[in-house]
Amino acid sequence: MDAALSVQNLRAYYVTDYYGVRREVRAVDDITLSVEKNEIYGIAGESSCGKSTFIKTVAAAIRPPLRVLGGSIKYSFLERDLYDLDEKTLADIRWKHLSFIPQGSMNVLNPVRRIRESFQDFAFPHMRLGRSEFFDVVNQRLERLHLSPSILTAFPHELSGGMRQRVAIALATVCRPEFIIADEPTTALDVVVQKDVLALTLETQREIGSSMIFVTHDLTVHANISNRLGIMYAGRLIEEGLTRDVFRNPMHPYTQHLVASLPQIGDLTPKTALSGAPPSLAQPPSGCRFHPRCPLATDICRQTNPELITVVPGRRVACYAVMPSPEARAMTNDKFQPS
Amino acid sequence: MLKVLRDLFRHNREFAFGSILVLIVLGIVVASFFSPYPPLDSYVVPPDIPPSWDHLFGTNSRGQDVFWQLSVAMRNSLLFGISVALISRVISVAVGLVSGYVGGMVDRVLMSINDTFVVIPLFPILTLFYFMMHDHMSWALLALAMASLGWPYDARLIRSVALSLRNREFTTQSIFSGMSTRQILLEEHLPYVLPIVFSTTLNNINWSIGLEVTLSVIGLTNIETPTIGTMIYWANQHTAMVAGVWWWVLAPVATVIMMFIGLFLLSVSMNEFIDPRTRLARMGV
Amino acid sequence: MNPLLSVEHVTRTYTRGGILGRIEFSAVDDVSFSLEAARPEIFAIIGESGSGKTTLARMILHTEKPSGGVIRFLGTEVSKLRGRRQRLQFMQKVQPIFQNPAEAFNPLKRVDRYLYASAYYFAGRRSREGREAAADEALKKVGLSLVEVKGRFPHELSGGQLQRTAIARALISSPALIVADEPVSMVDASLRMSIVNLFKTLRDDLKVSIVYITHDLATAYYISDRVLILQKGKVVETGPAQEVLSNPQHPYTIRLREAILSLDDVDNVQAGSSQ
Repeated sequence: MDAALSVQNLRAYYVTDYYGVRREVRAVDDITLSVEKNEIYGIAGESSCGKSTFIKTVAAAIRPPLRVLGGSIKYSFLERDLYDLDEKTLADIRWKHLSFIPQGSMNVLNPVRRIRESFQDFAFPHMRLGRSEFFDVVNQRLERLHLSPSILTAFPHELSGGMRQRVAIALATVCRPEFIIADEPTTALDVVVQKDVLALTLETQREIGSSMIFVTHDLTVHANISNRLGIMYAGRLIEEGLTRDVFRNPMHPYTQHLVASLPQIGDLTPKTALSGAPPSLAQPPSGCRFHPRCPLATDICRQTNPELITVVPGRRVACYAVMPSPEARAMTNDKFQPS
Repeated sequence: MLKVLRDLFRHNREFAFGSILVLIVLGIVVASFFSPYPPLDSYVVPPDIPPSWDHLFGTNSRGQDVFWQLSVAMRNSLLFGISVALISRVISVAVGLVSGYVGGMVDRVLMSINDTFVVIPLFPILTLFYFMMHDHMSWALLALAMASLGWPYDARLIRSVALSLRNREFTTQSIFSGMSTRQILLEEHLPYVLPIVFSTTLNNINWSIGLEVTLSVIGLTNIETPTIGTMIYWANQHTAMVAGVWWWVLAPVATVIMMFIGLFLLSVSMNEFIDPRTRLARMGV
Repeated sequence: MNPLLSVEHVTRTYTRGGILGRIEFSAVDDVSFSLEAARPEIFAIIGESGSGKTTLARMILHTEKPSGGVIRFLGTEVSKLRGRRQRLQFMQKVQPIFQNPAEAFNPLKRVDRYLYASAYYFAGRRSREGREAAADEALKKVGLSLVEVKGRFPHELSGGQLQRTAIARALISSPALIVADEPVSMVDASLRMSIVNLFKTLRDDLKVSIVYITHDLATAYYISDRVLILQKGKVVETGPAQEVLSNPQHPYTIRLREAILSLDDVDNVQAGSSQ
């Protein structure tokens, strides 16, 4: 399989039944995407767009009331679907083939154990090396991240936020996994530290050659790290393409708005905002979920959900207002939308 | 309100079971208003008759029908327990909220008083109280005494909730909306404190009935008034267990145990229900 | 002519530790600035976490007292306010907006009650119709209406709507100064600019001065008149917004400026597959 990760028609809902009130939150609603080898795939979206749920599902870290209702997830290093595996196999692949950089470093580091012990707990079992060899590798990784090996004896609270986040990156990459999932790793960091950490993340990914899914709501971060970018809205993927292309030429009205509303230093042109608000995933609008806020909405938008189709080679958009080019139509088998 | 109760009954087994038990006991209590025998009279029926169709729980050695006696006894005990619980709740909520919110010197003073009351040994004090008050002893006075000893634990709990609420941003917004301290405590903070208040009320009822039974069994209360404790007292005076009049002891004991378990189950299940976090989950947050 | 707000050499120190070995650290160290009453402006205080900006905001709002220095509002010293009446008078003129709109409202209560309370205490509306009218007026100024918000719980509204409701509430008393602590950092990107634009309207049309506390230089550049850069409690640079941010002088400001990620770098991130 060429792609590092292939997700097909994934649906994951939160289903709760509490004191007679039944709720179905459609956090991930029919998502299909693939991540190539050695690429950073960014996922952007606002709060309650489903990206955190998507991450959890793809990392096999779901618990009730979150359930996978359909679809498949295939990694290049696994023969079978992720959810066909038993708990033991999953434990084996975690960290060695699939690792995770969370939003807060304290979600990974145990506050009452030294950093060295965290490495031992997480990474050592997978590496099949002697202890001193293992720590040689760890020290190398720490150096690449501009951390002195002396931090190994420290407790997490003795380090600054930026240092902890770099430790989290070291932890996630020391086994050289094929796939890394990063969930808003720089959001909680100060601006100066953020730039640093991003650069190091990029460097590390290039060095190891892993594929990465990088989730953040901050578009400027995507502009600086993601190769390809997927925009999620209300549980669905609505646009996808090379980051550069998506920024220079956004096609979906939502993406167009997002890109246009980013303030930049040196730019005093008035920015506008969208009316309305992101919809509730428990009661999403009918048809295209963006239609209540879309300036281009027509009847068909209210009735049926537009499929995510290739409109230009390398670019997918889910919008009735965006027509696929003839090349795109010729080269793929995707259905195209009636005008 | 009714819908809430119905939902609880259907979905929560503890609530269902607890409310059945409590309803049975309440049924007995309500029956007391229809008692054919004046409760304070003795020798109105032949004594020591075992349970039969004429006398459901039999009669005791004092010539009273145990069932009807029990109904009045349970009513008195319950009323006593409820009044103690209510009075002490009021004190503990007031002290806890004010102490937690205002802080500073007020907090320190109130908590010192609180902790002093916590260490007072209840039983000796109440015994002393009885001996001091001997002739003027009344149930009301006893209720007041117990209420003033029963508030400190919960005041501290409520204070800790109030402390955490003080630092939340909506408290500042309430202040900047012009709300007075009293308004903030009663309208903004009290809903967070209610789960504690509610469950401790039910527990407090249990506690005070238990303490009343203890005191009465020893004879340290007004033994002429029929209560669960005094029933057991009289049963002991007439050596009921030895004489074989077991129904005289079993009836009050079984009823009060039913009451305890019922109230406990209710407090546990309602507590979960009223807790702000589950309330939010139910509202669909 | 009294300045609207005058912060004079304000310091706030915290001590930690017990009898043996106390550590003192200054959250805010000798900060001074002032705002003119005659000319409403948006004054941005920019700093990262630990810079003391939130502590400074709390001192201006009188929820914390300075350890040193003086804060004056229209000539009166803020820390000398005593009694409910004086506090109400102060709050009439100075109102806060918080970072997390979901936290600014009690999740168990409906949001309109804060609007009605503000109308009652600060706009003198005693009757129910009067309060509702005041609430509606204020909501219209922020692009909402009472119909959308009446009887709602906080979780029924989006972050943007909640924050706008909070702003409307702050406007009911017709304040002269609004202290906004990171008002848009927790609001979704698609709604953020509507609130940022709203601040401009507040300054231009309603003549309200705003102390805008943020770590985001881009939005500060976009709407502020003047900025003040805080580093670890100390002022490192201050001046007209566009000047300071386009052309920073102090090394820290320069570092901040350079650390901002720009969209222009998007071409530098190479596209795709194995190398």
